[in-house]
Amino acid sequence: MTELLILRRKNQDEKPYWQRFNYDPKSTDDSVASALTALNEQENLRDAEGKPAAPIRWECSCLQKKCGACAMVINNRPRLACGARLSEFKGVVKIEPLRKFPVIADLMVDRSVMFENLKTLRLWFESDAKGKDKAMSVSYEASRCLQCGCCLEVCPNFHIDGKFTGTASAVPMARLLAQLPDSQKKAMTDKYRLHVYEGCGKSLACRNICPADLDIDEILLNSNAIAVWKRFF
Amino acid sequence: MEQIKIIGAGLAGLSAAIHLAKKGIPVTLVSFQPSERAQSVMAEGGINGAMDTMGENDSPAEHAADTMRAGCDLADPKAVENLTDHAPELLEWLLRLGTPLHRKDGRLIQRNFGGQKKKRTAYAQSSTGKVLMTALIDECRKYEASWLIHRLSHHEFVSLSVRDRRCLGVWIRDDHNGVIFFLPGPVIFVSGGLNGFFPGMTTGTTANTGNAAADLFAQGVAFANLEFIQYHPTTVQIPEKRMLISEAARGEGGRLFVERNGSPWYFMEEKYPKLGNLMPRDVVAREMYYVMHDDSTGHQVYLDLCGLSKQTWKEKLTDLREEIRYYLAIDPAKEPVPVSPGIHYFMGGILVDKFHRTNIAGLYAAGECACQYHGANRLGGNSTLGAIFGGKTAAETAAAEMADFQSGETQEKAPVWIESVPRRAKHLRDVLLSGLGILRTETGLKEALEQLENLSAVQDQTESNRRLLAKAMLLSALERRESRGAHTRTDYPDRDDEHFRKTSIVQIQNGAFVHHFAAIGKEMHND
Ligand SMILES: Cc1cc2nc3c(=O)[nH]c(=O)nc-3n(C[C@H](O)[C@H](O)[C@H](O)COP(=O)(O)OP(=O)(O)OC[C@H]3O[C@@H](n4cnc5c(N)ncnc54)[C@H](O)[C@@H]3O)c2cc1C
Ligand code: SF4
Ligand code: SF4
Ligand code: FES
Repeated sequence: MTELLILRRKNQDEKPYWQRFNYDPKSTDDSVASALTALNEQENLRDAEGKPAAPIRWECSCLQKKCGACAMVINNRPRLACGARLSEFKGVVKIEPLRKFPVIADLMVDRSVMFENLKTLRLWFESDAKGKDKAMSVSYEASRCLQCGCCLEVCPNFHIDGKFTGTASAVPMARLLAQLPDSQKKAMTDKYRLHVYEGCGKSLACRNICPADLDIDEILLNSNAIAVWKRFF
Repeated sequence: MEQIKIIGAGLAGLSAAIHLAKKGIPVTLVSFQPSERAQSVMAEGGINGAMDTMGENDSPAEHAADTMRAGCDLADPKAVENLTDHAPELLEWLLRLGTPLHRKDGRLIQRNFGGQKKKRTAYAQSSTGKVLMTALIDECRKYEASWLIHRLSHHEFVSLSVRDRRCLGVWIRDDHNGVIFFLPGPVIFVSGGLNGFFPGMTTGTTANTGNAAADLFAQGVAFANLEFIQYHPTTVQIPEKRMLISEAARGEGGRLFVERNGSPWYFMEEKYPKLGNLMPRDVVAREMYYVMHDDSTGHQVYLDLCGLSKQTWKEKLTDLREEIRYYLAIDPAKEPVPVSPGIHYFMGGILVDKFHRTNIAGLYAAGECACQYHGANRLGGNSTLGAIFGGKTAAETAAAEMADFQSGETQEKAPVWIESVPRRAKHLRDVLLSGLGILRTETGLKEALEQLENLSAVQDQTESNRRLLAKAMLLSALERRESRGAHTRTDYPDRDDEHFRKTSIVQIQNGAFVHHFAAIGKEMHND
């Protein structure tokens, strides 16, 4: 039997509170996502004390670590619920919503600031991408960002209303920088310096957090070389 | 003039939105979740297009022929030709958007895929859908910034407003605050496959609940070929779902075997010497079913990837290897992987003509929710292509017909939205599965229909819509008294072109269920 301690909240206006649930894993591969799914399938959901409980709101889609929907804080670490096996944990599993974003309800947060930031940074090609072979591996890696927000959660310098837009924008930008048409070079490298390079304290708290296993150091080194040291492909 | 509304922001929705915005036509792009969460990001093995980059003399005509053959001649040949003719320029466009499809020495590299005679599947490791989506999301953002595309993420489709077979617009609900409101205008429907009818049993996302399609069906939108559900040969059970092992694994040399008399029997290679493990998916899934149920075998089928070179793993399948290691604790380079068929794709869906019009004026559909291009069995790599091309075609048609759109006051009150009950979805799934397995029979289908009738009554519009669409699937499978592609009837084992080389159409007319077969490509004129 696994004990889950979940931070509940009906909506933004109501106060959060902790609620305890018991879950009996069906297999050693069961994840936090399996537990949340199973709890919500119960006819009359009850907490560990036997009190009736409302279904737990959370977001998911692929259940395979491919879409970033289910990011949440599990035992104080931002993780994907579908990539967090219960068998990894000893004792109570503490589950909270990501803390950097406004809560909608329970474990569901509003991450729209991430998408707005990508717009502010004007992350798109104005004309054809260069498409050189050697840009492909960075482009590929950077394309894999899930926009889950785990890296922002741990970053001491990221705040939703701040100028620094964090790794979650630096990674998608790396895809563009690697294949950037000449006409966009100045504008985009300026944006990179202003919103990414200058704000990052290089504390590397975001290292080893990315659930897509992106090599953030490598990707940022590459972008620095391009945007700060002007070494375009 | 009312703006065009797009429901769904996967490959088909993004493509429709971008192609309209490119013409300067403003659109509203509605999706339940942001594009990064759409099933399209999960596509693995690749996207087809006869670019002929591998020196094999490939052509769009051969791509069309392979598509028609794999689909057992049930697709509309004109629509298919349109698709394959335009595939190369679509891939060129994707490359211009910076999609990192695998290339070497400036040349796009294409791989072998099931059911195709030439190497025409472009890819990025086995994360092709993800890189395609990233490129289209970036392109879409360009138009969002100039307000040509107005995104409404976290908005759920609730109901279509139809009067006199004309679409007036859609009711949608903001999932963050629960507010329901009406958006008038023509609608392009791109809400993905019916995975939500089979929770836990598909490789896709059950966030595509199928509720939207069920609402359309209940309101008289015609659906086609619902009996054709693709079981992908190589899937594995993981918690809460089936996980796909991409066909790319076989494209790069993977082999299927089952144990017999103490040694591996590579049954596909023995039975189909030419295409072997790369026969179309329906054939492989069926053969697997037979050997799994054969008493002279060990029952468990394995995918043997031990012969793949180090370079192949590194350049083409790194992500797949990682995934198998994580989920199965097996290193596929060293040990064979136990696999079995699982539900993967819905060939059937909303009936559309080759311009992606439905039977309701002002309503268009594309991508996996629509029935187009794939006939009785879809080729791997054709659905990402079909979604992008279909979205574009639907956009062009909607743009051309925009001036004809007659807005009308919807006199309806805002529909009531009811929180879905996950348990009910599983009950319905079990009923459907009892009739719609890999092998089907009249008795099995009739029993499933009976079980459906006997489900306890509910006061829930969404659930009753879902039951109607579920009934439509079972009825379609019952009425097709032949075996073709993904639809195998053990009581009618042969293909019967005379009676059934036709589109199977089901719809609700004046409150009654109507099923009929119509000539391929001429379906709209019959209803
Ligand atoms: C594991 C896997 C691997 C695959 N690999 C390949 C491959 O290699 N090659 C290939 O060609 N095909 C592949 N496919 C198939 C292909 O990925 C899909 O068919 C295709 O991406 C579907 O695109 P779509 O735009 O139609 O739908 P989706 O990408 O499913 O998008 C549907 C959209 O509709 C929205 N939506 C759904 N319901 C509602 C609602 N009620 N209200 C509001 N919005 C709603 C969703 O949020 C989403 O934005 C694969 C599929 C899977 C599952
Ligand atoms: S290195 Fe530190 S400051 Fe920079 S993005 Fe990572 S966590 Fe934030
Ligand atoms: S960089 Fe990694 S952690 Fe950050 S948003 Fe992208 S996938 Fe998530
Ligand atoms: S549900 Fe997609 S990453 Fe967890």
